This record gives sequence, structure tokens and C-alpha cells, in this order.
Amino acid sequence: MKFTKDWLKDHLKTNKTEAQIIEKLNNIGLEVEKVESEKNELGDFIIAKIIKAEKHPNADRLKLCHVDIGQKKLVKVVCGGPNAKDNLLTIYAPPGSIIPKNNMKLEVSKIRGEISYGMLCSESELNLSNESEGIIELDQNYKTKIGKRYFKSNSDNVIELSITPNRPDCLGIRGIARDLSASGFGKLIDNKISKIKKTGKQTLKVTIEKGKTQACTIFGSCIIKNIKNQESPDWLKKRILSLGLRPISAVVDVTNYIMYDLNRPLHAYDLDKINQGIIVRNSKKGEKFKALDNKEYNLDGGMCVISDHQEVLGLGGIIGGIKSGTELNTKNILLESAYFDPEITRKTAKKLELNSDAKFRFERGIDPNSIKMGLEKASEMIIKICGGEISKLDIQSTKKIEIKKILFDPIIVSKTIGIKIKNNEIIKILRDLGFKITKKSKSLSVEIPSWRPDIHDQIDLVEEVIRIKGFDKIQSVEPEKKRLKPTLDFFQRHFHLAQRSVASKGYLEAITWSFTDEKINNNFRENIPEVKIINPISSDLNVLRSSLYPNLIFFLKKNIDRGFENQSIFEIGPVFTGKKPGQQITVICGIKKEHFLDIYDIKKDVVKTLVELGIGKNETTIVIKTPNYYHPGRSGSIVTKTDQKLLAYFGEINPKIINKTFGFEIFLENLVNYKSQNKKDKPTITFSDYQKSDRDFAFVVQKDLKAQDLIEIISKVDSSLIKKVKIFDVYQGGNIPSDKKSIALKVTIQSDFKTLNEKDLNEISQKIISNVEEKASAKLRS
Amino acid sequence: MSDFAKLRDELKNKLTKAQNSKEVDVIRTEIFGKNGLINLEFKKLGSLSPEDKKKVASEINSAKQELTKLFNNKVTKLIDDEIDQRIKKEKDDVTLPEKDFEIGKIHPVSQVIDEISSIFSEIGFSVEEGPDVETEYYNFTALNTPENHPAKDMHDTFYIEENMKTLLRTHTSPVQVRTMLKGKPPFKIIAPGRTYRSDSDQTHTPMFHQLEGLHIDKNITMGHLKGCLNYFIKEFFEVNKIKMRFRPSHFPFTEPSAEVDIGYKIENNKIVIGEGDKWLEILGCGMVHPNVLKNSKVDPNKFQGFAFGIGIDRLAMLKYGINDLRSFFECDYRWLNYYGFDPLDVPTNYRGLSK
Repeated sequence: MKFTKDWLKDHLKTNKTEAQIIEKLNNIGLEVEKVESEKNELGDFIIAKIIKAEKHPNADRLKLCHVDIGQKKLVKVVCGGPNAKDNLLTIYAPPGSIIPKNNMKLEVSKIRGEISYGMLCSESELNLSNESEGIIELDQNYKTKIGKRYFKSNSDNVIELSITPNRPDCLGIRGIARDLSASGFGKLIDNKISKIKKTGKQTLKVTIEKGKTQACTIFGSCIIKNIKNQESPDWLKKRILSLGLRPISAVVDVTNYIMYDLNRPLHAYDLDKINQGIIVRNSKKGEKFKALDNKEYNLDGGMCVISDHQEVLGLGGIIGGIKSGTELNTKNILLESAYFDPEITRKTAKKLELNSDAKFRFERGIDPNSIKMGLEKASEMIIKICGGEISKLDIQSTKKIEIKKILFDPIIVSKTIGIKIKNNEIIKILRDLGFKITKKSKSLSVEIPSWRPDIHDQIDLVEEVIRIKGFDKIQSVEPEKKRLKPTLDFFQRHFHLAQRSVASKGYLEAITWSFTDEKINNNFRENIPEVKIINPISSDLNVLRSSLYPNLIFFLKKNIDRGFENQSIFEIGPVFTGKKPGQQITVICGIKKEHFLDIYDIKKDVVKTLVELGIGKNETTIVIKTPNYYHPGRSGSIVTKTDQKLLAYFGEINPKIINKTFGFEIFLENLVNYKSQNKKDKPTITFSDYQKSDRDFAFVVQKDLKAQDLIEIISKVDSSLIKKVKIFDVYQGGNIPSDKKSIALKVTIQSDFKTLNEKDLNEISQKIISNVEEKASAKLRS
Repeated sequence: MSDFAKLRDELKNKLTKAQNSKEVDVIRTEIFGKNGLINLEFKKLGSLSPEDKKKVASEINSAKQELTKLFNNKVTKLIDDEIDQRIKKEKDDVTLPEKDFEIGKIHPVSQVIDEISSIFSEIGFSVEEGPDVETEYYNFTALNTPENHPAKDMHDTFYIEENMKTLLRTHTSPVQVRTMLKGKPPFKIIAPGRTYRSDSDQTHTPMFHQLEGLHIDKNITMGHLKGCLNYFIKEFFEVNKIKMRFRPSHFPFTEPSAEVDIGYKIENNKIVIGEGDKWLEILGCGMVHPNVLKNSKVDPNKFQGFAFGIGIDRLAMLKYGINDLRSFFECDYRWLNYYGFDPLDVPTNYRGLSK
């Protein structure tokens, strides 16, 4: 919403400065977004004097002028104006300025071989009149002003507000004035009552078809005959321009003017193009309509249209049609001022993807009581500019305008904001905003003004009071430093720990979109259902991710392109398993690309992270089964021994997806569930101080025997004596048969009760050998 | 001088002159060995009278002590000499680089979430979370934003289902409703998380992070809201004073609603928070609308309170001088390394927020 202080003064008698007004507007909830000097391109045009006008050497009709623009040097300008002559005072447009008539930006150019620095302007080029025959001739009064701007620069700034959707009333300058007045910034000037004579009845029949889904409940109109439509006068054009709109004709400009002045959208029809009468009805499916934006719309059923007996003339509250639009030669008009239901209007516009100033206002709620005022003010302006005769107003309505009242207990104000405001002050603020108040014992009966569709409850009135009183009056209460509940719950603590645990292993944390490319995602989706976004930001971000890998790999590759061959990155975040709320799990996924990396590097990272998260190595086992996006021979899953809960995957990523890259995924919910179901108290530990002995063994085993199983067999031989089994070599080839391998390991044996002697040690060693040979069909390597 | 004394002095002399551990070893046997001086001398004791025995024994013992001391000193000296010799030869170029190591990093957004949690922890807020995929009901309707209301235009929503009933949450506010529905007042929570709007340009990304705050109890007023935010902003930016401005605004789920600006100035191309005459909008807040409380099965006649929503990414940008929001999500290795935080740098109440 844009306005100028000059325009505001039509409604508000105030002596406040622009800066004060801007500050106040911010403080009462009408946020000032921008302050711009009005049409500042007009500031470029400079009063100048032609010192000498010579004939252009290469063109008969052109002149080469040496022009004084108030600077040391004269500038050379090629000019086609027949009246260009020595000593003429005129207006100069420098290179870079924009000519209002055609919105062209001037450039230094060569005209028939002569360079021209800028241009001397005609009245038509500056949109001052239609005079285009010669350049402007200024009188001698301007002699002392050479080099100065022609257009006064003391014109108002354009103040742009960002109006929140609850305040349609402030989409009109009068509403802004009312708010300012209520906050002590001047007096709201009464709307003048029109004194223009209205002759005759409005003769065009207007019918509103009744129905539950009828958006239009009031349709007011009047006819103005025998006008001479024309360009608007300068003052009106200037105001239309300040709104950022383009002046079109007096009739159209006036309707726009009233829309911004009173927040009262109007529409003008060419009366002679209306077939018999106006019918406000719901559209039929398949009806076509060509709107003023030059687009043809295919209407659904049930959209509110203004039609005549032949066809659709306009979409109610949204946009008018080409057929009945006014033009400069329009003689007779029908002026419409109506009320359209916000919700239905919004729905229609949304379906047709149509936006307009009128729709923006109607969907927020227009004052139904402004219909008459709008018609009167507009028609008065039109006949002042274009002449003509106005008919009496015709107001058709199907519904009485409701008067909303709220019983308001003013105690709620202090209860909500924490400071006391006297009842008298509350009443004054509300009255100044247009609320009508009668006292009812301790409460107030508050009648809501018809321009405030946003006020429903007592709490809305509280906001009105404190908004005008000033939020700075609220006294800050120091927060209490008291904690009743732990800040993080069990799961959140693990999230936090997991994040920092992985980062501490040299991984950089990345945050990537929760969505990804369907095609890449499919590589990682397995059996998880695909979750599509109906309206993605781009076609390569069209599904919710089923894994953290797609985005991480995408960015890993990008970093490789940036020249980083060695990388470790990770992300912790949601992965989506379905399209219902809550169908998501938390995954920590790391990827690593380095020279000389192998599966045991990544396994170390994931196992160490699990240990740091409180999962002992002896609580899990490795299962050789992973999703297809892992290298089948170089990946594994880590599951809990007690209940086979999947805690993590690790391994080389399938080379079909990316070459020589390793990764892991930890499933945090599974981990935390396992931990909360297997809470263990840390037992008191006793350390054995008796002699520890190491014995080395080498077994020749089947090639596919898992090291994990061998360790398991040995550990179980005597768990009270065997403290540790560590593999230190795996060997194939040489004198080992090709279907076998040799595993060398060190077993640490220690008793908690005595020093083991040679005999004890031999006994346990023999037991180990026989167990392994029997259970793993192995042979001790000699 | 007795033979013993002579032999003793001879050995003493030998020991003093010994040059290396091999020689010392030989002398050691000569003194302390099975047939060494001391043992042989003790053996002789048996043939002596009790009086002489006593006298000679004490002589031997003192000689033994003397020789032991001398011997130990000699051994220590020899070891020291040998180490000195070795050290002289051992010389490494310590300016050669250390072995490779990698320092991982925590993303600034995660770090800032931890900082915020730490600050609110101090005043009794706990952390709640909600799903990224939400229903229309929790994201809008329950938050007093009816269907076909222009307030929805402020949110460009990503939809998951054609019927627009499931969507990616456009703000963290649905966590308010979910939290209240599953518990009983009072509520004092913050909810950080991912949020989504179909918007992408210089200053908007389709995914960003928000922090929701909610405090519902009896008699919680806008004064408490002001105090809480004032405390938070001061702690977060680690400054002693802060300039703050509450401007009335509109959010369907709070009434009265406000936007909060903080004062700042630009000094040497850097932003200084808390001083100066420029204003920067940083958050939206207000008193929870009675309709939201009703939708959350909380009696608005008994309970009231405030809620706020802050853009986490923006806070991170301001605090750590990051210019481009989009860079947060582009995973540039250099960026992650430069703006990321050491994982050991955990923001805590007792240690402080930043290093």
C-alpha cells in the first residue's frame, strides 16, 4: 500500500513531520517498508538555454545545439524541434534519464554522424500535454534557474506500507489516517457529503441471483451520461503515478483513485455495451470470459460473474472484461460499487490464478457500508473532469449488513499485557478507532465498525488498545532461572552426542535439503514408498529423501569438481519412510573418499561412534546383509545380539553409484530404543592383578569362515580366563590351499584368582585348539 | 692396614676408574658376587671370637655400604653418559610436518541450535520436536488460520498430497499444538527444526530452520514475553545491553502479535548488535490466541501465555558474519571448514557459548 503525505492530508489534519509519521506507523503496526522519492526520474530534467543552434551538417531538418545546462562546458545536443533557436530557454534531458512518454532510457548516440549528449524535450515527451510540434519554450523567469531541476523536487515521498492481511481498512488512505488520528497524530477530517445533483433514476435493471454460494450480496450502481472521457488532470495523474499505477483515462483513474483513497473498489462499464441489464450470477462450467488483462479465462461452475443478457462482463470483485470496458470515446457509463464475499472471491481467483488490486481487497474484506460513499465521491470527480449527468443511486442487496458486537471486560487488557490501563483510556482509544461503546456494569458493549472484519473476540480489542497505547509501555519481566524438566530428553541427548561424535572423527557436518532428485533417490529407496512433492521448487528436487546418501553424494561430487579429492562429510537428519506425519526416522550418514581407504577405516568410524553412544562392542554382531546400494562383498550391518535390532550399515558404496567411496548409516531411533530397553547399571569392577599371558595361534580355515565366528568360538572356550582375542594376520596363498586361509591371532589369558602356571596355560591352549579344529573345521598351522 | 682394607681400597679405586658398564660388571662380581670380597670376608667371621666378630662385622658392613653407594653412583653416571652419547647422535628435523590429522566440524546451524538450547535451558525451557511432514490441520487450521484465508499467502506451501491435506510444515508452530495436546499445562518449550517454503532467491531457500518458543501458565503476560526475549537476545549475542523494539503485527495464531527488531550499526563493514540507530527484524511473537489454546485442549480462561518464532539461519548469519543464506546448504567443503565449529566446542551454561 502506497501513499504520500500530501494525499494523507486530505483525510488527516496534522502538523507532524513525515519522519514522525513514519515512526508512528511502525509503532502502531502499519509497517513502513520503503520510503521513495516520488517519481525521482523526473528530477533528471533540467532547465537549459540554447546558446547557439546551428544547422546539422548532414541533415536539413535537424539542428546541432550548444546548450548551457549550468555547468562549465556547454553540451552538444542534436534537436529536431523546428523552434530550436539561439537563446531559447527549454528543458534538457541528460543521458540516462527516462522519457515519461515512452519510458525509453536516453543514451549518448550518434545522429547522422553527430554525437548528441541528451535531448531537448517537447511537452508531449514529458507527458505535460499532447504538444509534440516543437521543444518546450520557457519564459524569461527561468533565466536564473539554468541547471536547476524543472520539476519541483520538494514533492512528497511515496511511503510504502506492508499491510498485514488482517487490516483491509488500511489498504485505503482514509484507514491509515484514522489509525494515526487515534494515536494522537491529528484530527480525522469528515468525509464531505456530495452536493452534486442527481437527476433521474438508474434505468438499467440489476438483478442478483440468490443462492448459498452467491458471493455478491450488495450491488450498488449509478449511471453517468454524456461524459467526455479524457486524460486525467495533472494532479490526478500525479497521484495515480505515485501509487505505481499508469494513468489511463479520467474514468479509470477515478475508480483507481477511490480504491486507494477509501479502500473502495469500483468498476466502470461502458453503458452502451451492456445488453439490456446486469445479472449477478454464478458462472456455468465452460463459460468463457476475456478479461481486461487480455487473457481469456475458462470458467468453472459457481464463480461469481457480472453479466448482461448475452455474456459475462466481469468476474465479481476480481476483474472487468474487455467487452464492456471504457475507452476515451465512451459517452455513458455504469459505475459499480458492490460487496463480494472474501472467501468465495479468493477461491475463484486462486483457481484462475488471477491477481488484481480489487481481489486483494475483497478477499481481505471490504467495508459493506462504503458502497454509497464510493459511488458518490467517484461520480462527483468524474463529472468535474468529464462533465455529464448522474442518475440516482441504485442499491440492490440480498442480505442485511450485520452489526457485530462484543461484550468486553476491560480487565483482560491488563491481564494480557501485564500493565494497567485505565478504562477511560481504553474507551477513548477504541472510540477513536471507530468502535461504538456503551457501558454495561463492569463490561463494555463494543460495536465493531464495518470496516474492521478482523475483530471477533475480546482479545482482538486488547490488541487494538495496546497497539495504539504503544508496545514500548509494556514492562519487561525478568525470566525466572528455574528448571523443572531436563532440557533434552533421552533421544535428543543421543542426537547431540552422535552429531559431535561423528564430527570428532574428522567429518564435516553438512545440512542438505530434505528433498532430492527422484532418479538419484531411487538408487537408495529399496522398499520404502516414494514421497512426491506435488509442487516442487524444481524437477530435480521432487521427492522427499529416502536416504541421506543422494544429497551427500551429489555434494561430494561437486566438491570433487572444486578440486577436493579427499573428503569426509556427514549429515544427521530426517529420512522419510511414508507420507504421513511422523513417518520419518533420524539417520546419521557419513561418507568418506580418500586414497588408500578400505572397509576397516569406515568400520572403525562407525563402531567407535556406537561405542561412544554407549553400545558395547560385545553387544553387537556383524551381519553380511546390506541394501543394494552397498558393494555386496564389502559391506555389513551392525545388529544387536539380543534382539537383532539394526543399528547401522557400513561399507563401500556400490561402484555403480559412485566409485571408491565409503559410507555408513546409523539408525538413531533403533539405537535409542535398544538402549532404553536394555538399560544396564555399570557393575562394580574388580581388576585382576595376577600374571597375564599371551598365546599366539595360527589356524588354517575355510576361506569363507568369518573372523567374527572364530573369535566367538575361542571366547566361549572359557570366558572367565580368555580376556581378549585379537586377530593380527590373515594370510592367503603360498603353501595355503586356494580354498583356505590362515588366521593368526593372539589370545590373552588371565585368571582373577591366581597366577596360572605352565600346566594351566597348556591346558587352556589345548582346549582352544581342539574347539577351533572341531567347530570351525580348522587345522592348527604348524 | 688390613688385607681387607687394602682390597677394599683397591676395588674402590678400580670402580672410580672404570670406563664402561662391562668393566663395572666385572667389578660388581668382585665385590658383591658369590666369591666376591664382601661374601668371602663374611665367611671368615665364623672363626673369630664374639668380640672380634662384632667389630669385624661392622667393618665389613660399613665397607659394603660405602662400596654400594659408590657402585650405584657409578652405574647412574655410566647410564647418563651412554644416553648423552646417544642423544648427541639423535637429531630430527622437527620442522617437518606432523602426521596427518583431520578436524571435523559442526555446521553453524547445529551450533546455533545448541547455543539457543543452552540459553533457554537456563530459564527452564525444554526442547520439543515435531514432524517435518504435517497435516493441513496442524500447520494451519489448529493455528487459527482457516482455509481460504489470505494469511496463508504469507506461506508458499509445499504439498505432499493432491488434496493439499498433507504438506511440509511452513513453520515450527504446529509443535505448539502437538506439545499441548500430549501434555498438561504449564508448558515451557522451545522447538527447533527444519521448515519449508516454496521460495528460492537471494535471501530465501526452500528449506530453512526455525525455533518455536511457547510458555503457557497462569498469568503469563506480554511482560514475560518481553523479558524472555530480551534475556535471550542479550545472551545469544553475548552483549550487555540490547536495543529492542516491539512492533505490532499480525499472525493468526497470536493476539496481540508483534515483530521484534533489534538495533544495530555497521562498523568497519561489520554489523554491531545492540547499538546504533538501524533496525533489523529478527522474530515474530505474541500472546497465544485463545482459539489455538482451545484447539489444543487448554482452557483459555485458566491459562495463557506467549509464543515466538525465530529464524535460526538468520541468527547464525548475524552472529557469525555469514552473508549468503544459500551457502548454508551448498556443502562447499571450504565453507563447511571455514564456518563450521570444532565438535569439542560444545556451548554450555557453565563454560559459555562460544570459545
